[in-house]
Amino acid sequence: MSNFFPRWSNFLPLKLLVSLAVIGAGLVGGVWYYFTPKYTRVGYQPDQPVPFSHAIHVQQLGMDCRYCHSFVEIAGHSNIPNTQTCINCHGQGKVKWDSPRLAPVQESWQTGLPIPWVRIHKVPDYAYFNHAVHVNRGVSCYSCHGAINEMSVVYEAKPLSMAWCLECHRAPENFLRPPSEIYNMEWHPKSFDAQQEMGMKFKQEWNVNPPVTCGGCHR
Amino acid sequence: MLRYFFIGFSLLVLLIVSITGFRGWKSKRPPIEIFPDMVRQAKYKAQSESDFYADDRSARQHVPGTVPLGYSSPQVYQPDGPHHDASSAGDVMGDAGPYGHIEFSASPDYVATGRIGNQWGTGIPFEVTAATMKRGRERYNINCAVCHGAVGMGNGIVSKYGLNGIANQQQQRIRDMADGEIFNTITWGKNSMMGYASTIQVPDRWAIIAYLRALQRAEHATLQDLPEDIAKQYQKPSIDNKLPANLQ
Ligand code: HEC
Ligand code: HEC
Ligand code: HEC
Ligand code: HEC
Ligand code: HEC
Ligand code: HEC
Repeated sequence: MSNFFPRWSNFLPLKLLVSLAVIGAGLVGGVWYYFTPKYTRVGYQPDQPVPFSHAIHVQQLGMDCRYCHSFVEIAGHSNIPNTQTCINCHGQGKVKWDSPRLAPVQESWQTGLPIPWVRIHKVPDYAYFNHAVHVNRGVSCYSCHGAINEMSVVYEAKPLSMAWCLECHRAPENFLRPPSEIYNMEWHPKSFDAQQEMGMKFKQEWNVNPPVTCGGCHR
Repeated sequence: MLRYFFIGFSLLVLLIVSITGFRGWKSKRPPIEIFPDMVRQAKYKAQSESDFYADDRSARQHVPGTVPLGYSSPQVYQPDGPHHDASSAGDVMGDAGPYGHIEFSASPDYVATGRIGNQWGTGIPFEVTAATMKRGRERYNINCAVCHGAVGMGNGIVSKYGLNGIANQQQQRIRDMADGEIFNTITWGKNSMMGYASTIQVPDRWAIIAYLRALQRAEHATLQDLPEDIAKQYQKPSIDNKLPANLQ
């Protein structure tokens, strides 16, 4: 009997298996890498109507977050400042008031219509988030928004996924800070151990107990 | 044959990566939401956009003649009424004290206007404690120091960037000014300074004034003003004021 199948076909099943395994691994790897908020959200940096820079206002001028985000410690929602807050300094005859970059601010001040800032950080409507409970309990803006003081255009620095919330809720001692440093974006713990030690102390002293049960956030 | 597969596969991966990039890369593309019906429900949250109202705002402006939630309702002004003098401020602040609840009051009392009758009143309308002063310092540093400077000399950082004419709070005119008038300046602004009625709560405005008074006092303080134990640290060591012998 002649060779009905050519010789190379002996390895065909093995080769097919290897190819399928590689394709499978590629798919899993791709989904793992690309299909989570770590890829889909982190780095989201939309164009804003005014090229407002936190690097100028926070780092260069040393302004406190609460001058503009004035309700962050008394309300669940951290407000975007109203136009008047900008006009305090950029009003007619004041700092750079005739700069073309500030034209939308002047227009908003004259017409009374809001500046259409593009919102960046959003949790879904089925989850409950509250700023005041976090910043009053030793969690800094830095832990959730990254180095805002260095951003000339704000981008989303953290995934804001449920796993990310829980990472902290399960071990808040890794993030808690002295109350005086909550609004200081330049403060960093000296070392991981120092952070742990301090965090444990605050956690016990203040009786910090973030919710990890579903009803805490899905209420 | 497997070789061709691997070459093809690598090219495909390269293509995907070159299109999609890496984690953390900046992008103007909004995050994808596949089933957004529960994620973005048909309700308004704070400061959200509305496509119902013509001005795109879900937060409505005050209707003239109404009192927004969270504001105290205006009380009928009684020239001799109980709300009139500073000592009864507790009523207006509520039982919870000055920081018990959020206050953006619209009442016609001294606490909310700085006026007693037609004149500026003076005095902080609640008891000033160490906590009030600390709060005042914090609020002053957040809201005022950028322009007026840490001790109120009118030399805050913004004065170096082209904001001229910032008042020096150490000047005699402001030292002599009634507390109520300063309250009014914080609330409604004065000349080129804008008001802070929408961002600073009423008790905080008074706390800022208390701290401002302390700054003014500290500017001309002498050793005698300090408590004795603290003053001691600043006393010069008691060596007699004679020059060393070789310099005489
Ligand atoms: C001079 C006023 C001002 C100060 C001071 C300021 N911000 Fe902002 N912030 C804004 C404005 C205006 C926006 C909206 C425009 C934008 O996103 O760039 C904003 C946006 C943000 C956002 C993004 C909001 C979104 O859309 O999701 C974050 C987060 C934020 N600020 C955090 C901070 C932190 C933290 C500080 C203090 C270190 C701070 N800001 C200080 C004015 C200010
Ligand atoms: C405390 C005063 C202060 C406030 C409040 C403030 N700014 Fe500024 N802003 C400045 C100063 C000072 C500069 C820097 C000017 C310079 O570099 O010469 C600046 C620069 C800018 C610039 C760059 C202007 C240019 O042409 O280079 C923009 C845009 C701007 N601010 C927008 C805003 C917006 C929007 C707000 C309101 C959320 C705001 N600012 C609130 C003080 C302020
Ligand atoms: C525990 C994490 C956490 C901390 C701490 C935190 N934020 Fe946020 N921030 C968030 C989340 C989550 C959102 C999205 C909220 C939402 O969708 O309702 C957000 C949204 C915002 C927004 C946008 C609100 C809007 O309507 O556009 C601003 C501004 C902001 N934060 C400022 C701050 C400032 C300033 C601080 C520090 C004083 C701070 N945040 C601290 C997690 C945090
Ligand atoms: C960096 C740490 C950290 C992160 C990140 C964080 N939290 Fe928290 N969370 C805390 C702490 C600390 C508390 C306060 C616990 C307490 O008061 O005992 C808290 C409390 C809460 C509470 C309870 C509020 C109440 O009224 O009792 C909710 C709800 C909550 N967090 C939701 C979230 C959500 C949603 C996210 C993610 C978007 C998140 N948190 C991310 C640290 C964090
Ligand atoms: C710390 C707050 C917190 C707690 C506790 C929590 N969740 Fe969540 N959950 C969130 C947030 C925030 C999101 C939105 C995540 C996102 O948009 O990526 C979410 C999303 C979800 C989703 C939708 C996921 C998706 O991608 O569509 C489900 C389902 C869910 N949570 C179930 C639960 C269950 C079950 C529990 C209890 C075991 C729980 N959650 C506890 C904050 C929390
Ligand atoms: C954006 C810069 C800026 C900020 C912030 C600011 N001021 Fe002023 N302030 C001014 C300027 C400018 C004047 C001078 C007004 C004039 O007479 O033209 C002034 C004047 C004053 C005066 C004198 C008013 C008079 O009768 O002559 C007082 C009192 C005062 N400010 C208090 C405050 C307090 C308290 C704060 C904090 C809540 C504050 N200011 C924040 C810019 C500022």
